[in-house]
Amino acid sequence: MAGSGTAHLRPSEEALLRIEGLVVEFPVGRSGLKVHAVSDISLDVLPGETLGLVGESGCGKSTTGRAVMQLVRSQAGSVAFEGHDLTKLKGEELRQVRPKLQMIFQDPISSLNPRRRVRDIVREGLDIWKIGDEDARNAKVTEVLEAVGIDPETAGPRRPHEFSGGQCQRISIARAVATEPKLIICDEPVSALDVSVQAQIINLLQEMKDRYGLTLIFIAHDLAVVKNVSDRVAVMYLGKICEVAGPDELYAAPRHPYTAALLSAIPLPDPAVRAKSTEGVGGEIPSPLAPPSGCRFRTRCPAAAEVCAQEEPQIREVGPDHFVACHFPL
Amino acid sequence: MRKSKKSADAAARFETEPTEGPLLQVVDLHTHFHTGRGVARAVDGVTLSLERGRTLGVVGESGSGKTVLARSIMGLLPKSNVERTGSILFEGREIIHASNDELRELWGSQMSMVFQDPMTSLNPVMKIGNQITEMILQHLDVSKAYARELALAQLKAVGIPEAERRLKEYPHQMSGGMRQRIMIAIAIACGPKLLFADEPTTALDVTVQAQILDLLEEQQRERFMAMMLVTHDLGVVAGRADEIVVMYAGRIVEKAPTGLLFSDMRHPYTEALLRSIPKLSAPSHSLLQAIGGRPPDIVNPPTGCKFSPRCPYVQEKCTQEEPPLTDAGSPDHQFRCWTPVGTPENRAALEANRAAGLESALAVVEDVLPAGVNAATETLPPLTTSHLRSGTINPKESI
Repeated sequence: MAGSGTAHLRPSEEALLRIEGLVVEFPVGRSGLKVHAVSDISLDVLPGETLGLVGESGCGKSTTGRAVMQLVRSQAGSVAFEGHDLTKLKGEELRQVRPKLQMIFQDPISSLNPRRRVRDIVREGLDIWKIGDEDARNAKVTEVLEAVGIDPETAGPRRPHEFSGGQCQRISIARAVATEPKLIICDEPVSALDVSVQAQIINLLQEMKDRYGLTLIFIAHDLAVVKNVSDRVAVMYLGKICEVAGPDELYAAPRHPYTAALLSAIPLPDPAVRAKSTEGVGGEIPSPLAPPSGCRFRTRCPAAAEVCAQEEPQIREVGPDHFVACHFPL
Repeated sequence: MRKSKKSADAAARFETEPTEGPLLQVVDLHTHFHTGRGVARAVDGVTLSLERGRTLGVVGESGSGKTVLARSIMGLLPKSNVERTGSILFEGREIIHASNDELRELWGSQMSMVFQDPMTSLNPVMKIGNQITEMILQHLDVSKAYARELALAQLKAVGIPEAERRLKEYPHQMSGGMRQRIMIAIAIACGPKLLFADEPTTALDVTVQAQILDLLEEQQRERFMAMMLVTHDLGVVAGRADEIVVMYAGRIVEKAPTGLLFSDMRHPYTEALLRSIPKLSAPSHSLLQAIGGRPPDIVNPPTGCKFSPRCPYVQEKCTQEEPPLTDAGSPDHQFRCWTPVGTPENRAALEANRAAGLESALAVVEDVLPAGVNAATETLPPLTTSHLRSGTINPKESI
């Protein structure tokens, strides 16, 4: 796993977003060491599609999302959005692209300014971009708040601390869709919420997607959630892509040992079945300061062989629209 | 060595206690917080018991009172503004009125807790080794050198590689899963008889979660330790708990042995919780059955059944009179509902509510049946195969 390659990419003229050979590294002090957060990954998203990005903490999924937004700059590779390479843009040019890209964060409460009123929070993007006149902006704010199930009359003048986590996440979604973006990156949008609220927010995101014609990148570590929302799922491990496939295909027949391990670890709400950590992967994710040679998953892989340490597997097609980076796919 | 002598006395006293009967018995426990807005009934009349070596799962949403329940039993709540009434018997001894000194003898050596967030529950400026030996020296009458050896053995027991080196490290040098292992090592260092695990894996990845749950189970078996596993995830307790208590608004709404709870659930809230979990078996983009609305305000709870404002089966009686905890065929299985899931009354209630256009009832329809299908005679969606078996036709048959 943990391989490079672009076999899974679709023709570039079809894609809304096309990431190629993206590398993000963070230097550690003056030690000369680098955190290899994202190492040569390629991904693409078609218009109207939801790409699910899954993996354990530290696999680089959030960094990938932030690198697409240009919140962290990449060391190599390209991020083509509507054909323009965002990594080459800076200053005003980059700013002009920003309203088309929005982000929803994990912690709904801390991602809203506690000192501002809900209405102003949602309106801020419109004010900055001078979209429409006063009336049009107010109408838009009312519309998006209603769309996410927040009453604009009573909730508008209140501040974020007066709302629960689920409601704050609704406000975040309203803020994200207000500027009518093309692409929204959802970074673990439901992991801080209760199961019951989580279901509400997932349903809401689907609804917003249909209503506003959005394209989503959905980052999460919960595989069941990702399966539900995605049209295509990419599994990441230690800065590399392991497997890319449609959700039903991926979950029914995982080909990468890491995907299989992740799936077997999910606790099912059925007392007859139990999550098995022993059959999955033992140990923890290795340090991204010095990732293993060859396939990065080999240190935890039950099927690892000599070649895995020497050669990095390339992503290849193993079934219709099913791609895996492994020397010995299942 | 005054401290250790005292705890040795305490230990001796507990050894003379009778070892029959349940380890923990909670009878009609109320924990009320006096807040500026009024009295918050966080735990409102909870009765439960836990046998030695068994696992009790406590499930509910945020604000259902599950964490306060665990902390009330252990005596970890602040003294001001809090009022606890009822009875908490630990090995037959009443501990609800125990003083801090008395509780200190219980904590660690008799009962212990693993918290949700391993980063904030460890001392960031103290080496791991000292955090474990601190506990051992407090409760056991042993030398420092021996305490150190015990700490090392604990670290190895919880599966920490290179344990010697880790003893000299600080919490920030470890991953979340590693820190949670340390928390468990500290919690079980003095061999408690009862372990509270309050959302022990919520902050962790799914692979690490399975490892930590396995570890807890393994330690529990080896030490014959009872465990109260508090979580919002029915999936976590499904394979781990012997018995499950579902809480809502400070009350137990359903209590059953794990298998029975999943095969023959009676309370609409339990059913709704299970339905809201995204299922791997479902095709992608299936609409999730969220529970509409929000958990109730525990300062001003709704009258009647606390779940009635969100319940798809709500009837007039539900909003007026709170249902008592009733037996569901077997004495181990109790629930609190007027129109329990799987009964004709339940089906009738749903149909009536659908006809009346109640949103929560309509939501059940939309998710299940394609447009145009006559919903009235159709069965509710199968949750699991076992639910299908027992819940759709006549639940009484399966008891």
